[in-house]
Amino acid sequence: MSTVEQASADRGNDKRPWRWHIAVFLTPALLVYTAVMILPLIETLRLSLFNVKDGQSVFVGFDNFAVLFGDPRWAASFWNALKNNFIFFIIHMVVQNPIGVALAALLSVPKLRFGAFYRTALFLPTLLSFVIVGFIWKLILSPIWGVSPFLLDLVGLKSIFSPWLGKPGSALIAVSLISVWQYVGIPMMLIYAAMLNIPDEVLEAAECDGVTGWSQFWKIKLPLILPSIGIISILTFVGNFNAFDLVYTVQGALAGPDGATDILGTLLYRTFFGFQLQIGDKSMGATIATVMFLIILSGVCLYLFAIQRRMRRYQF
Amino acid sequence: MAKTTTSPVRTGLVHLALLSYTLIALFPVFLTVINSFKDRASIFRDPLGLPTPSVFSLVGYETVLKQGDFMLYFQNSFIVTAVSIFFVLLFGAMAAFALSEYRFRGNTLMGLYLALGIMIPIRLGTVAILQGMVAAGLVNTLTALILVYTAQGLPLAVFILTEFMRTVSDDLKNAGRIDGLSEYSIFFRLVLPLIRPAMATVAVFTMIPIWNDLWFPLILAPSDATKTITLGSQVFIGQFVTNWNAVLAALTLAIVPVLVLYLIFSRQLIRGITAGAVK
Repeated sequence: MSTVEQASADRGNDKRPWRWHIAVFLTPALLVYTAVMILPLIETLRLSLFNVKDGQSVFVGFDNFAVLFGDPRWAASFWNALKNNFIFFIIHMVVQNPIGVALAALLSVPKLRFGAFYRTALFLPTLLSFVIVGFIWKLILSPIWGVSPFLLDLVGLKSIFSPWLGKPGSALIAVSLISVWQYVGIPMMLIYAAMLNIPDEVLEAAECDGVTGWSQFWKIKLPLILPSIGIISILTFVGNFNAFDLVYTVQGALAGPDGATDILGTLLYRTFFGFQLQIGDKSMGATIATVMFLIILSGVCLYLFAIQRRMRRYQF
Repeated sequence: MAKTTTSPVRTGLVHLALLSYTLIALFPVFLTVINSFKDRASIFRDPLGLPTPSVFSLVGYETVLKQGDFMLYFQNSFIVTAVSIFFVLLFGAMAAFALSEYRFRGNTLMGLYLALGIMIPIRLGTVAILQGMVAAGLVNTLTALILVYTAQGLPLAVFILTEFMRTVSDDLKNAGRIDGLSEYSIFFRLVLPLIRPAMATVAVFTMIPIWNDLWFPLILAPSDATKTITLGSQVFIGQFVTNWNAVLAALTLAIVPVLVLYLIFSRQLIRGITAGAVK
């Protein structure tokens, strides 16, 4: 408030009255955003330092974290969820983003016919809710229905079929690939936009020098879209370490089989809210949320300060 | 050299690759929709067959409409999404106008503060959000969801709209000021109509995550009267896992509204993304 006054005072003799309308324009957004998002976030971080003892909330310092990382009751499921979450993220990085880049490269072929049709169709899965996507794939991969063995038979691969979602060894990969199927549209669109922004002169100059086709993609286009690849990587990172819905829909809150698909989101849900015999635990829930917050924050900081700054940006 | 890029073989290969991925993207949806119109026996006997008159059956839809309160869930989702989008657009545009139009101390800082929420998911504050909603007596109300979604949508809305408002000509606004319009009239009567395309983009971006969210309905409003369509179908399908007709019909019913909206707005949405709105 007083900042506004000072700002006009700073301009010397321009003694404008305090500009009420600025406050009126800003207040509703600030109020909702602060009250529903920022304060709960801070409160959650604070709660992670407290625990209930004899019915009273007491400050326990970093004890909750020590329990989460070291206590046998918690540590096993926490490290398992963290490990699974990293595998989940890595599968997205090595499958989703390359496919997205490849599709974008194909879509940006000059004078491509039916381009609008392809874009619309390829982006459709991204809009469906996790519930729809999860159940559709559960049905398709179900050994009862037999659609996937039948389709694999068409290409002569029937022997590789197994109930992937039900086996501890393959369930996480199967769930990650379902998520990749759903989200490939986002990297595709962002990279496609970046490729459209490459000026024709650059590509024409490359063609004059005999750089075409594959080598043009690797030597000219890829370096120019690197900033966008950085953005999709950080978006994937934040999305993956915050994921919950798909695993919950496909495998339930227990993230079976035997915790094989448990990620931080499902662990947070079970811990905080309770599930079956387990009673909900607010302090430990806040502790897990704080760990997720720190992971996401460090990812974002790494991106902002280490990666984005070193990336060369080309001005046309 | 221009020849190499347009040779028919090459174009053919590009189309082949795109078509095969399009098939992968659309096939699961297609499969669900066609099978929802078949009787139980042929769902299993011939999953890929089209619903010909001899196997046509609506038994799944009958079960769904009889058992599930889908109209209510649909209405809840609609109210939550529409009201949240309204507040996101109104509050977001007002804040964006203040940030882009006026120079005051703390302007940049305010912009950064509001942008924090783009990267940090609101879900991480769930523990305290639930606590707050319990204290305010808002658990199991649509108001709780609307509040959360408005807060969730604001950061990106402010960010995108601020960029757009900078492009509105100053001359126009100053002409309005000379004609004696108040700052409020300038905002509502001059600026808002000009940024309508950007508002549409923001609306679509805000809508998708709200409509599809499972987390907050599950935690803040799981009661029967306040279930959204996403949570409703989740619970419903969970109960009917062995009734394949009902599951496929429920899935199809959940897909159709999204599909219709997408076909109407896809041009807007794709243009919004490729115009660099979220870069």
